[in-house]
Amino acid sequence: MEDSYLYYPGCTLKTKAKDYESSAMKVMEELGRPLVEMDDWYCCGAMQSLTEDDIMHQIAPIRTMCCAQEQGEEKVVTLCDMCYNVLKQANERMKENEDDLETMNDFLDEDPDYEGEVEVHHLLEILLEMKDEIEDAVTNSLDDLNIAPYYGCMLLRPDNVAIDETEDPEMMEEILGSLGAEVIENPKRTECCGSYHTVNRSDIVEKRVEDIVSYAVNEGADAIVLSCPLCQFNLDFHQRATEFELPVFYITELIALALGLDIEMENHKIDPISLLEEKGIKE
Amino acid sequence: MNLKKLTRDIDFADKVEELSGQSLNACIQCGTCAAGCPFVEDMDILPERVFKHIILGDIEKVLEHNTMWICAACYTCSVRCPRDIDIAKIMEAVRQIVLRANIDRAEVDEVDNMEELPQLAVVGCFRKETG
Amino acid sequence: MNEDKNEEDEEQEMVEIFVMGKRYEVPEGLTIMTALEYAGYKFTRGCGCRGGFCGACSTVYRTEEDYKLKMDLACQTAVEDGMFLVQLPFMPAVREEYEIEKVDPEEHDNVLLDHYPEVARCVSCNTCTKSCPQDIEVMDYVQAALRGDIERTAELSFDCIQCGLCSIRCPADIKQYHMAQMARRIYSKYEQPDSDELAKRVKEIEEGKYDEEMEELANMAEEELKKRYDERDIVEEG
Repeated sequence: MEDSYLYYPGCTLKTKAKDYESSAMKVMEELGRPLVEMDDWYCCGAMQSLTEDDIMHQIAPIRTMCCAQEQGEEKVVTLCDMCYNVLKQANERMKENEDDLETMNDFLDEDPDYEGEVEVHHLLEILLEMKDEIEDAVTNSLDDLNIAPYYGCMLLRPDNVAIDETEDPEMMEEILGSLGAEVIENPKRTECCGSYHTVNRSDIVEKRVEDIVSYAVNEGADAIVLSCPLCQFNLDFHQRATEFELPVFYITELIALALGLDIEMENHKIDPISLLEEKGIKE
Repeated sequence: MNLKKLTRDIDFADKVEELSGQSLNACIQCGTCAAGCPFVEDMDILPERVFKHIILGDIEKVLEHNTMWICAACYTCSVRCPRDIDIAKIMEAVRQIVLRANIDRAEVDEVDNMEELPQLAVVGCFRKETG
Repeated sequence: MNEDKNEEDEEQEMVEIFVMGKRYEVPEGLTIMTALEYAGYKFTRGCGCRGGFCGACSTVYRTEEDYKLKMDLACQTAVEDGMFLVQLPFMPAVREEYEIEKVDPEEHDNVLLDHYPEVARCVSCNTCTKSCPQDIEVMDYVQAALRGDIERTAELSFDCIQCGLCSIRCPADIKQYHMAQMARRIYSKYEQPDSDELAKRVKEIEEGKYDEEMEELANMAEEELKKRYDERDIVEEG
């Protein structure tokens, strides 16, 4: 399928981040470039393993690369920032290091071997390329909405997987601009949300969330927009420990709304609907 | 933590360098890592202090503090280090030395809000804190 | 050894096997289980149905030419010349307790992960699938469980006989087979369509349709019972 993209969901997109998946699916369908889920895929591992000798934790992402190769695709698109980061880092390691690729293929026991030709992309890259088409398709401009983009870590660091300027990214700002939204600058937009500490050190995450959200609020944001299910969970869920109640959207939710598409928003802890109604974006 | 078991037979600094692929002696103790670290207030000692202890072979000082466990591998220090040290990899190496000795940081059975958590948080936590 | 057996041996090709390092010659064509008995071992544990259904007789072996360890059921695998093998005892594995009434997947996204959190440690190494004597795609159902897909976990694991070889080999210490059993139970309670036939049969039993037959079987002499069992004919109901 020439006009579609091979889509790698990752485990969370099937449960806690269904809103992200369904809105992204609808947006890409509307834009005539549908996301088609891979026939087979495996949990990426969420956090890249960073030791030189560790091949085992690269197995899952490379197994997924094999699946893409088997489907005859050279490009895999992720929605989740963590999946993007781990798949990309593991894949780059195999591309750069022939010995690692050989060890990997020996262990994987797949036929044929993984050739290292698949490329990993994040949906934001595609959306940026399609910025003009998105702008043309807007039926429900987000004029009155003040949005603070939040990037977090996994799209920007380390350097070899960054999809934008590490210290000063602009992608989401550009995409939001095409929706008619007012972009609010948040100096904390590239700082970590607390990540997996949400499992057993929520106190740490709460401090991170307080910091990130307070800057957005001070700059006049009505909402935060992002593209990672873990950032979304942390910023949304852990705001309950703060004085704030800023809705946290997936970027595809806002695009869907601007394109006049009907979407469900069930994964949100902080009610996103009142704000949308107040601004006349959703009836 | 059974430090004796962990450190008896290894040269700690060599092991960290081997696992991380980074050169500890490149560090000039400038503190850029700590200055940009979003987690620094929860760390017992600052990242550059961890390097110093490793270089000086003071293993106990590294392992008795929580710094490597508070690091969430956000790579901010790695991209900012003026000496191009990938500090996230050094923290990972220290974590791995402990985890590979079969000493886990996270208790898999003690996650109390599993129903609420997105899977990637749990997977990520277990990757970084269990061996 | 009696004389009959010796006569049999002359006709039989013999193969050489090594049980926990000790060499034996056993007739070709025996299963590992019968070969062990031929060699003089007596099974008191680690042996059940002898038909490939109960999962009690896990065996680990290697053949001369191959560096890989192989896993199988002793009652289902024929001995080969030059086989090195050992029977596994029952392996301890955590099995979580839960009340089936309280694990509605509609209300819980992560019900499997909640009870078996170690599922989140899967690295997709596929060792479980390779060790499964039932040829189940174990890794795939673990991955399905991680994404909260109970139906797929239940379907993929349907042929599991709970031998536990997957979990013995798992580098992440996942208890695949217990977790999958939970998935099948949840699936059958909450998601699988009810079976009309089952409801009908339960009603018949409650109404006493089989009482007389059961009474007859319960009082039957053992020899007669065996005869009836051997001669039984399973026919589809009208």
